[in-house]
Formats: sequence, C-alpha cells, structure tokens
Amino acid sequence: MANMRRVTAGVAIAASMALLAACSSNEEPEGGATSGATGGAAEPVTLTWWHNGVAGDSGENSMGDYWDKVAADYMAANPNVTIEIEQIQNEDLQRTRIPTALQSGDAPDLFQQWGGGEMAAQAEAGYLMDLSDVLADDIERLGGGVAPWQVGEVTYGLPYQFAVEGIWYRKSLFEQAGITAEPTTMDELADAVDKLKAADITPIAVGAADGWPAAHWWYNFALRSCSQDVVAAAGTTLDFSDPCWLDAGTQLEEFIATKPFQDQFMSTVAQVGATSSAGMVANGTAAMELMGQWNYFVYQGFTDGSDEANQALLDDLDWFPMPATDGGAGDPSAAMGGGDGFSCYVDAPAECADFLAYIVSDDVQRGYAEAVGGLPVAPAAADAIASPVLQEIAQTTSSAAYVQLWMDTLLGPNVGGAMNDGIVNIFNGTGDAQGVVNAMIAAAATA
Amino acid sequence: MTALEASGRSTVPAVDAQASAAGPRPVTPATDHPRRDTVRKWAEIALFVGPALVLFLTFVVYPVVSAARFSLYKWNGVSQFSDAEFIGFENYARALFGGTDPATQEAFVTAYSEPFWQALSHNFAIIFLSMAVQLPIALLVALTLNRKFRGRAFTRVVIFAPYVLSEVIAGIMWLIIFDPNGIATEFMQSIGLDSPAGGWLEDPTWGFWTVFFIITWKYVGLAIILFLAGLSGVSEDLQEAAAIDGASWWQIQWRINIPLIGPTIRIWAFLSIIGSIQLFDMVWVLNRGGTAGQYSTIASYMMEIGFFRADWGYGSAIAVIMFILSFVIALAYMATILRRDNAHPRKAR
Repeated sequence: MANMRRVTAGVAIAASMALLAACSSNEEPEGGATSGATGGAAEPVTLTWWHNGVAGDSGENSMGDYWDKVAADYMAANPNVTIEIEQIQNEDLQRTRIPTALQSGDAPDLFQQWGGGEMAAQAEAGYLMDLSDVLADDIERLGGGVAPWQVGEVTYGLPYQFAVEGIWYRKSLFEQAGITAEPTTMDELADAVDKLKAADITPIAVGAADGWPAAHWWYNFALRSCSQDVVAAAGTTLDFSDPCWLDAGTQLEEFIATKPFQDQFMSTVAQVGATSSAGMVANGTAAMELMGQWNYFVYQGFTDGSDEANQALLDDLDWFPMPATDGGAGDPSAAMGGGDGFSCYVDAPAECADFLAYIVSDDVQRGYAEAVGGLPVAPAAADAIASPVLQEIAQTTSSAAYVQLWMDTLLGPNVGGAMNDGIVNIFNGTGDAQGVVNAMIAAAATA
Repeated sequence: MTALEASGRSTVPAVDAQASAAGPRPVTPATDHPRRDTVRKWAEIALFVGPALVLFLTFVVYPVVSAARFSLYKWNGVSQFSDAEFIGFENYARALFGGTDPATQEAFVTAYSEPFWQALSHNFAIIFLSMAVQLPIALLVALTLNRKFRGRAFTRVVIFAPYVLSEVIAGIMWLIIFDPNGIATEFMQSIGLDSPAGGWLEDPTWGFWTVFFIITWKYVGLAIILFLAGLSGVSEDLQEAAAIDGASWWQIQWRINIPLIGPTIRIWAFLSIIGSIQLFDMVWVLNRGGTAGQYSTIASYMMEIGFFRADWGYGSAIAVIMFILSFVIALAYMATILRRDNAHPRKAR
C-alpha cells in the first residue's frame, strides 16, 4: 500500500508540476468568478466531473444530457476550461468509485455529494475544498438548503436539488374508497387505510426489500418524536440515549400492526419492475407510497411512454406531506428531505468552484427545473417548476419549520446502515424498537 | 527475488550431485561459458515465470497482505489509512465473540457476532446440504443418463445450461419467478397452498431454503457433467462382465460405477466445499443476503459490512477469516481425502 501510494504520489507530483508549469503564466488569481471574463488569456485547465445522471431503463437520460449541455455552455464561455464528464450509477458512485478515488489521491475535481455524515467524514479526512469564502455569495443566495452540505460554519459542497418527501397517492383510488380529503394526521391516515382496505385496494406500497424505503417510515416517526436539537446533536455525537428514538420504533410497530402495507412487502423492491412499490402505485394496484420527489419520474417510467398515458397518470397522481403524529418533541410541520449536490476535491483547480457556482446559478437552476423536472435549490428558479404537484412539494419544502436531512445520510453509512437494518427487522418481524436503538449504539461504538 | 536466486544457486550443485550419483545418466556436456549459461537459464526462468509471478504477487499476495493489515485497524475507508487507529485483533474479537471491551460486548454480540455466525452457519449448512442433497441427485441423474438413448446430447446440454448461465442473469430470473406476484406464488395458489408469509426469499424461515433450491438448480449440472465424464472412463467390459455374472443394474452401479468414479466425486466435493465457502454472487444478486440476513454468506456479510457500512477494518477481518477458513479446509481436504487420489493417480480408488 505504501509503495502504491508513493507511486501514485509520484505521478500526482509530476502531474501537478506540469500543471504548475502550465498555470504559471495565469494572471487571474481566483479563476475569475464571473464566467467568460477570463477570456483568452487564461491557460488551459481540465476539470473532471463525476455525476449520477445515467440512462434509465428507457434509455433516456435527461439529467445526463442536461449536465452535458451545462458543461458545453460553460466551456464555450471559458475556452480555457475542458470538462471531462463521467456518468456513474448512483450506488457505484457513492459506495465504490468516490471512496476509492479519494483514497488513491487521484480524485475527480467535481463529484456528486449527498451531504451529511459521509461528507463530514470526507471533510475531516481533508479531501474537500472549503467553499465558504470563494462562493460566499452563492451560499447566501441558495439559502437554508445548503445546510446539509456544511460542517459547522464551513461549506464543502452546494446542492442543485433539494426537496422533502411525502405521500404520493392515486386520486381515483381515494375516490373509489370514499376518501374525500388528504389525511393530515395519523388518525386520518389510519382511517384512509381502513377505507381503502374495505374497498379491496392495497392502501400503502412499501419497497421493504430495498431496506431504505421501509426505513423512511421510521425516520418520519423519529422526526415527530425527537426535537430538532436531539436529531442534530445525534448527527455529530452519535448519542441515542434520548427516549424519543425508542418511541419512533414503537410508533412504527403500532403502525405496521394496522397492516397498511401490501402483502409480502418484504419481497417488494422500490423501483424495478411492475411489481415494485412504485410500479404498484403507477399501475393503480396500490393507493399510496411514502417517497421523495423523484418518484414523480419513476412512476412515469411505468407507462407505455406515450404522452396520453403519461398525462393520464399525472392527472391522477397527487401528493400530501407526511401526516403529523400526536405529541412528540418535533415540530409538526418539520419534514424529512434530502438532495443532491457537488463537492470540489481539495486539490482541484480554482475553476472547479467557479463551475460549481455556474451549475447552481439561477439560470442553470431554472434550466434544470425545465429540462430535467427537478426541484431546484435556488429560490429564484422556483418559478420554472411546471408541474403543480412538484410546485406543491417545493412549497412544502420552503414552508417547513425545518427540513431534516435523511437520517441515514445524516448519520453516515456505518450508523445509518445499522439503523436501516434494524428498522427493516421491525418490518420483517425479527426485531423491535429497542433493536434499532441497540444497533445504532453498537455501530456508533465502533466509529 | 534474492531468496529465489539463493535457493536456485543451491539447487544447481544438488542436481549435479544427483546426476553423478545416478551414474548411467548422460552427463551435461561441459561448456566453456558456465556463467553465461547460468545467466541464460535465469533469464529463461524470469521470462517464463516472471509475468505470472508478477500477476500473482500483485493480484493475490498483495491484496491478501493488505487485507490482513487493514484488519488490525479501526478504519472507515474514507479517512487516510495512515490516520487509522491500530486496534490489534479487536476486529476479529468483535466478529467472533463481541470484542474484549465489557462495556460494548453485549451490544456487539447482537450487532456483529450473531450476524457473523449466522452467515458462517449458512456456508456450512450449504456445504452439508450439497453433500446430502446435490450429491445423490447428481449421481442418480448421471447414472441414469450414462447410456445411449435418443437426445442424449440435448439432455446433457439442458442439464448443464443453468451452470453456464451467468449468476446475475439466473438470479434476476429467479427473482422474477419468486416475486410476490410471480409464477411460483401463482403455482402454489393454483394447487391450493400458501406461499411463505414473508415472500419466498425474504421470509426469515423459508428464505434460506429457497436460496438453497436455486443453488442446487444452478450447480447440480456441474456435478452431473463431471460424473458423466467420469463414468465415460469406466470400461464397459467391467459392466458387461458383471451383467454376465448376473449382477443387477443397481449392483453394477453400486459396486462398479460409483467406486470407479470415486476420484471424480471427491474432486467435485472439493470444488463444492470451496464454492460454498466463497458463495457470493447469487446471494448478492437475490438481495444482498436477505433483509434479515436469512441467506447471508460470509462473503455477502463481508461486502455488506465492509463496503456498504464503510467498516473497512472489520470487513477486512471477515475477509481474512474467510481466507483462513478456505485455506485450512482446502489443505485438510487435500491432505486427507484427496491424498489417495494424488498418491496413486492411475489407480482408480
């Protein structure tokens, strides 16, 4: 390993010397915050960019295509910059490619960043560029959505998308079951579940085989039972002694006992195939699903692709925020959410931060909402969201008392993974509320 | 390289001495340039052995040594390894009996030891069941097919087909079959039976047996083909002679065919045991060992906890345990059961 690192270091030194030589005549100290201003005088710079916009089952890749366009526009305005893009599947990127690239010292300049505990670990290891001063204006412009990409006061990345999760449902099935209003409390949700069951409709689909979709139910109970401070503190201290963590599991146990989910939910995946939880909602065999805003697009993947079929689905698809539970220390209007962003590698050229600022600029964010249908972070881009249901999600995101980052992202892969496994065990009947807390405490003790 | 060279030099006179002691052996013709000869010989050795040795050192020895090193540290795979904390054999202790720290031992037993032993017990259950289930099935099929009939080649291809299929493709196929709304469930309903409550693969009790069924389907073809190959080497004269002496079909199989393909069976068992210890791809594709770890194996557990939980030091310890286990079992098997085959390669017993 040591030898290997030395070789890599040698190569890196050689490369950076070449880069130094190339950059030595560069007069611009900060890479020029205004795109295009650097002009012809600047020396050539190459940025490598890894993102998770890959083609789906249909072969379409609206996000990858949009990022290609963004890079091309930036290169046209900054002829000295060459951007080399690599599109990598999300889990590969997060679990394998980025960690190994960071370890090797040969990391991409700009890469996908999910924020939270994992980012904090990367920052602690010194892999990430501090963007606090360089992009101070952009951080202020984007507002509170940046928080998950900050450790203390230091910003290590910027999000281009951020949204809360909630419950997707089919209006026609609600009508069929005689449900007239969107549930706003857990009692009303239980009532809706009963009515749907009476009408012989599967009330809620959950992709428990994938683990995390099941875990999100627990997150929402924890969000209501634990105060914002307790959750935030747990993110850094990994202290789970507050009884609210146990309470979240107990509430989940009670909820599962009402049998709101489809049969054999442990064998259902979230997104792949017509029998997945998303497929069930898209095909109208299940009425509800707790999911993030991305399911708007996942559902559309189950139509035959024609505009009529898509429109018919979208006309029948609606969304409401996760209902509030009774009691608990959390704010009833708080919401679980998360997003996607990018970080610059610590040794990346200064142009990386400049390009990141361009990605999250109001115009590019607006284009992102239009071309990809994502939910932009920049407040000025909110008007570009066309779909009423996505507008509603954006509205809920901005009006929430606070948005709590996904618990597994917040706690990082080790404790977060242990938590998810523990929650899944409640679902499959091999564990209980205390088991989740024990698993989290055990994992925290190894960190 | 120096060790090799040293040992190489010392063998040269030994060979000479042996040659002279053997007497009648033709003596190597004396040359004027013994040194150039030696250089040439070493160059040849380097040329032929070098590339393989480099590959072996890079992709086998180096990773094994690295894993052994990582396993002694508390390391999350994100921070630089140089900053990782050295904790000795604590990772191994955590897997085997919950660690040495009394404060966390109880929690670690549930969180780490139990899943570890659960995964390991699945590996050994698969070894045992392979011998108890796959071996008789494969033998029976091989003995039945070991005769001339129409469509023999076709039948053999069909039997071998699952083994040739990629693990991922086969895994996804079975996922579709065992889907809650898949044909397996429909079939059970059509004959009036229930499918497992939690689903075929995810039911904490039945999941393992579903996976063992899939593994048997996947690998029994290899055993059958191996046994058929072994049977084709058994002389027909023996069988005819036995038949003339009045032996029944069963007696011929039991007393002639099966003993004569003993070496093949023992090699298959060896492959099966090693394969069972390293079983990974199928259980991973099906759902990473199951949501409750109901069909986890030591390899899937290692991957889950090492990569996905970013507990790299602990994951490396699991890897080393798996390596030692495979190594010891392979050596023990070689030294005991395969020994008679190796000692008398021509003797079919």
